[in-house]
Amino acid sequence: MRSVEALDDMSTYARNIGQAIKTLSEGLKLTFKYLLQARKSREPIGVEDPNYFKKEEGTVTLQYPYEAIPVPDTGRYRLHNEIDDCIVCDKCAKVCPVDCIDIEPIKSAEEIGKTSDGTPKRLYAAKFDIDMAKCCFCGLCTTVCPTECLTMTKVYDFSEYDVRDHNYVFAEMTPLEILTKQKAYEEHQAKKEAEKAKTSSVSKPVTRPEAKVTETTAPSEATPVKPKFRPKPMTKKPTVSDEQQKTGEGAEKPVKAEETESTSPAKPKPKFRPKPTIKQASTSDEKKESNEIPKPKPVFKPKPMIKRKPKDE
Amino acid sequence: MITFLFFLPFLLGFVVIGVYGERKIAAFIQNRLGPMEVGPKGILQTIADLLKMLQKEDILPKAADGKLFLAAPLVIFAAVFAGYAVLPLTEGVAGAGVAAGLFFLLAIVSLDVLGILMAGWGSNNKFALFGAMRSVAQIISYEVPLGLSILGVVMISQTLDLQEMTINQGILTAQPIYLFGIKSLGLEVGHIGGFLSWNVVQSPILIVSFVIFFIAGLAEANRTPFDLPESESELIGGYHTEYSGFRWGLFMLAEYGMMLLISFLGAILFFGGWNTPLPNIGTLALADWTTGLWWGGFWLIGKAMVLIFVMMWVRWTYPRLRVDQLMDLSWKYLTPIAVIVLFICGVWRLWMI
Repeated sequence: MRSVEALDDMSTYARNIGQAIKTLSEGLKLTFKYLLQARKSREPIGVEDPNYFKKEEGTVTLQYPYEAIPVPDTGRYRLHNEIDDCIVCDKCAKVCPVDCIDIEPIKSAEEIGKTSDGTPKRLYAAKFDIDMAKCCFCGLCTTVCPTECLTMTKVYDFSEYDVRDHNYVFAEMTPLEILTKQKAYEEHQAKKEAEKAKTSSVSKPVTRPEAKVTETTAPSEATPVKPKFRPKPMTKKPTVSDEQQKTGEGAEKPVKAEETESTSPAKPKPKFRPKPTIKQASTSDEKKESNEIPKPKPVFKPKPMIKRKPKDE
Repeated sequence: MITFLFFLPFLLGFVVIGVYGERKIAAFIQNRLGPMEVGPKGILQTIADLLKMLQKEDILPKAADGKLFLAAPLVIFAAVFAGYAVLPLTEGVAGAGVAAGLFFLLAIVSLDVLGILMAGWGSNNKFALFGAMRSVAQIISYEVPLGLSILGVVMISQTLDLQEMTINQGILTAQPIYLFGIKSLGLEVGHIGGFLSWNVVQSPILIVSFVIFFIAGLAEANRTPFDLPESESELIGGYHTEYSGFRWGLFMLAEYGMMLLISFLGAILFFGGWNTPLPNIGTLALADWTTGLWWGGFWLIGKAMVLIFVMMWVRWTYPRLRVDQLMDLSWKYLTPIAVIVLFICGVWRLWMI
């Protein structure tokens, strides 16, 4: 028995040695094969290239700043606004889910010029900022853009040392220009008012039709001014034709208004009461409010206020 | 003198090129490019690293044992570098002509252990001590198969003098050299020279001996797959965890020095040292043409570089061994096989040559 066991041990011993030699040499062969393959190197070809998945041999390192894999033409990276073609319609800013586009329009009395596709421009862009740090690269702004001046480019390497450098300024107006344009429009308005007062019955048709025509041809131009929008969601919501836009506004705008206003503790009562008229928005708003600020709770249920106060105290 | 004049600058130059070569080989094996930034194809990368390293602060940890800590790298490097003293560089040029050169080399290189233990203990750091203890256990274990495999060569060549050993492996030998060391074949290859007169061809059993020598040498040099003492993934560098700057550089220098020494020794013991691999073929006296002062140095360094390449290749192929596997390999496999090979060598010497 012992001799058999010893033989067994010897055979496993020999097998171990044999296996070690075999596997070790296999390993060496494999790595040597890779060493020889390193003479070849992968070219920086894009995913559209038919050979993209066929490159299996050679070094795979891409020396990035010196060579880069080409981006497909449909790549959605940094936003670019061709400000000459922009009619400052504010659609992009409204559709943006993360509010990364900040636009300040200035009205002008007459047509400023035309975009390359022939759309008349009636608003100056005093400010057209896109904060790429906020951007979520959804591309919605490019789809709503009526003149296709806002596009997503192939540029993907735009890292900065300061996060503020991610704010891209596309407006080209100087502060002086902005002031003069604002003044010009104010003067125009004042003139208009004066004319209105003077010839309230006779000369109306001369000036007003023009203004109306412009509004109808480019309805988006009239919308951007913020103060106009606040009342809208209250009344027009169910009946508005541009559903996408309006619902987007309806959801966002009231929330904003309330959040900013609820910070002032004295006012909440009058502001919250009208809400029940907006049933869609109020439900979601209530939840948000209750989560964020515990104080306004008593405001929603005015009746139990008397009972709760002593409890709290 | 030759040791200081040639081997010290050569070692420094080798470390610079060796680190670059190692990184490149590693990269190519792993489908990468390796250093590419500094200089063309990253050639100056090691020099840049070296400059950075030399500028670093020489930190002495507060709780460390100052004397041991500071002396350790010097001891290690001195021990390794002393081994170069007896290496024959080329025809007629050797360091110290010690009769027991090989014995001296093995003995002095073993002092390496002392330095490592000093570093590990002096650092007053758990990981450093772990690394040092592992290293000592490993080096002492592998000294046995290393010594036994070398003993076979000594037995075949009947000398401990490395220069004499080298001469006996080429066309300059005075002794008769028979093909495969078998006298009865009657093929005298002493005048043919070339690779036919190398020790591994003179007695082919030495190939096994060489494999054992090479494995044990890797372990002696603390190279992967036997780099448990430093294993950066477990021990954060092992015994040189606490070192920085130039002292850390000395450790690296010692490691590469050890690698190079093992490679030189392997080339001298088994592959004919500074003898040419090209044999005389009739009137085509390749061996005669490629033997000489400069050729000798070229062949020796060339052979050493091939072995260095194999070391790097091995390093980037195999994973690290576990401690018990390490001891198993040394005591259960390499040592018994080395003993058997030693026996066969003796028999070969007695009956064949």
